[in-house]
Amino acid sequence: MIKTEHLSKRYEALTAVDDVSFEVRPGEVLGFLGPNGAGKTTTMRMLAGFITPSSGKASICGHDVEADPLAAKASLGYLPEGAPSYGEMTVYRFLEFIADLRRLTGEQRTRRLAYVIGRLQLERVLAQTIETLSKGFRRRVGLAQALMHDPPVLILDEPTDGLDPNQKHEVRTLINEMARDKIIVISTHILEEVDAVCTRAIVIARGKVVADDTPQGLASRSRYHNAVSLKLENAEQLAAARSAVAALPSVAEVEVSEREARITALPRAGASILASLGELASSQGLKLKELHLESGRLDEVFRTITA
Amino acid sequence: MRRELGSYFATPLAYVFILIFIVLASLFTFYLGGFYERGQADLAPFFNFHPWLYLFLIPAISMRLWAEERKSGSIELLMTQPITLWQAVLGKFFAAWIFTAIALALTFPIWITVNFLGDPDNGAILSAYIGSLLLAGGFLAIGSCMSALTRNQVVAFILSVVVSFVFLLAGYPLVLDVFRSWAPQALVDAIASLSFLTHYESISKGVIDIRDLLYYAMLMGFFLLATSIALDVRKAQ
Repeated sequence: MIKTEHLSKRYEALTAVDDVSFEVRPGEVLGFLGPNGAGKTTTMRMLAGFITPSSGKASICGHDVEADPLAAKASLGYLPEGAPSYGEMTVYRFLEFIADLRRLTGEQRTRRLAYVIGRLQLERVLAQTIETLSKGFRRRVGLAQALMHDPPVLILDEPTDGLDPNQKHEVRTLINEMARDKIIVISTHILEEVDAVCTRAIVIARGKVVADDTPQGLASRSRYHNAVSLKLENAEQLAAARSAVAALPSVAEVEVSEREARITALPRAGASILASLGELASSQGLKLKELHLESGRLDEVFRTITA
Repeated sequence: MRRELGSYFATPLAYVFILIFIVLASLFTFYLGGFYERGQADLAPFFNFHPWLYLFLIPAISMRLWAEERKSGSIELLMTQPITLWQAVLGKFFAAWIFTAIALALTFPIWITVNFLGDPDNGAILSAYIGSLLLAGGFLAIGSCMSALTRNQVVAFILSVVVSFVFLLAGYPLVLDVFRSWAPQALVDAIASLSFLTHYESISKGVIDIRDLLYYAMLMGFFLLATSIALDVRKAQ
């Protein structure tokens, strides 16, 4: 379990992290969201024992990060922001070095090295120095390093930053596979990632937690939650359709995109408008290309609560 | 420590350094030191120049110890591994020291030469080698501390040279006169006793005094402690 209580980090002029408290349990994948400079990295660094909190407490698997740092670090796999490593070392030497720091020996050392190399597909680059690798490979070396000792807790600071879509997919698959028996915290500002891997999201802005919810729960805060969008085959029907939709009692607001010939109807609080819009379309003779129900837009929620 | 030692040899720096060290040590010995002209079978001209060689060459080794880790961000990786700060500080220091010891050991041809030409006191030569190694350790500990203060290797180099220079000449008027005008005599004497050179001279003549050994041990201990304090302060900031 990860636990923070009133965790704060103050610098002279600014409070980077302000009274952050949360708990993460096994099986949870927590997404740490927030604009750049919101305090995500600072919070993660305090959890990893790289910087000392100004006040408050944090513990990893019951080990306080300040009172018992070695035990806390031993149960943690950590990928720092930007996946730093030793550029002049070869991938294999670097992983061996990490295995030694993690005090792996004998058969277990061989097995874990083989596992992380296979899992992150590093076979091809083992003899290359890290500074000659592409960004994607460097990130994978960083992940391999974090997984080396099979830790119960993983903290990954922007694990998919700079990866191409295929590599992102790979990393997300990896996270999903490990999610069952581990505690995973990832930070990201890519919102689709939250849907793809997280069971829970904490949004942080100016050092404070502004939302702590499931991704679905966050999406339902959107104005677009349960909104219905219609795409017309014929743009000439747009004006007529717009006034008809706006006249429905359960519709609160209508947005029109002329370029796409799309009408988006936002429901009044708690109302369900999908059925009535379907009926309206057939009675008005609107030719529809597309009709769909939105679950809510995370990017809009994100902007609203972090603004 | 093994990583650090390995990383010295991973780059051309190591070979360049060792080569320069040996070439300069030999040049100084034969030209400036008048190795042959003295007509004595000892290595005094060789060891006499070590403090001056170290003054510039040791900071070149030590400047990267921490400054580079900070610059590249790899310090975050190192400090989140389950090792204590002290283990990291000592590991890096000993790696650099062993590296220097290897460079020093590779000067053995000059020892063979002097044995070939005459009949030197090999005990005294061994003592001088130990003295030189301790001296290098002192310089390295200072360099380690200066490297922990900055993320810029050039700044670390210059700071190390300046601080090392002060320690080197602490027993000489250049440094002492600065203090003599205002400080009490006891302080001036204390500063004079901190000099690298005075402690190096007797040991390089073959006299191993426990006080000299203690001096170097305390010097290294002090600057390595300062290194870990400097790093710890950064952590809290």
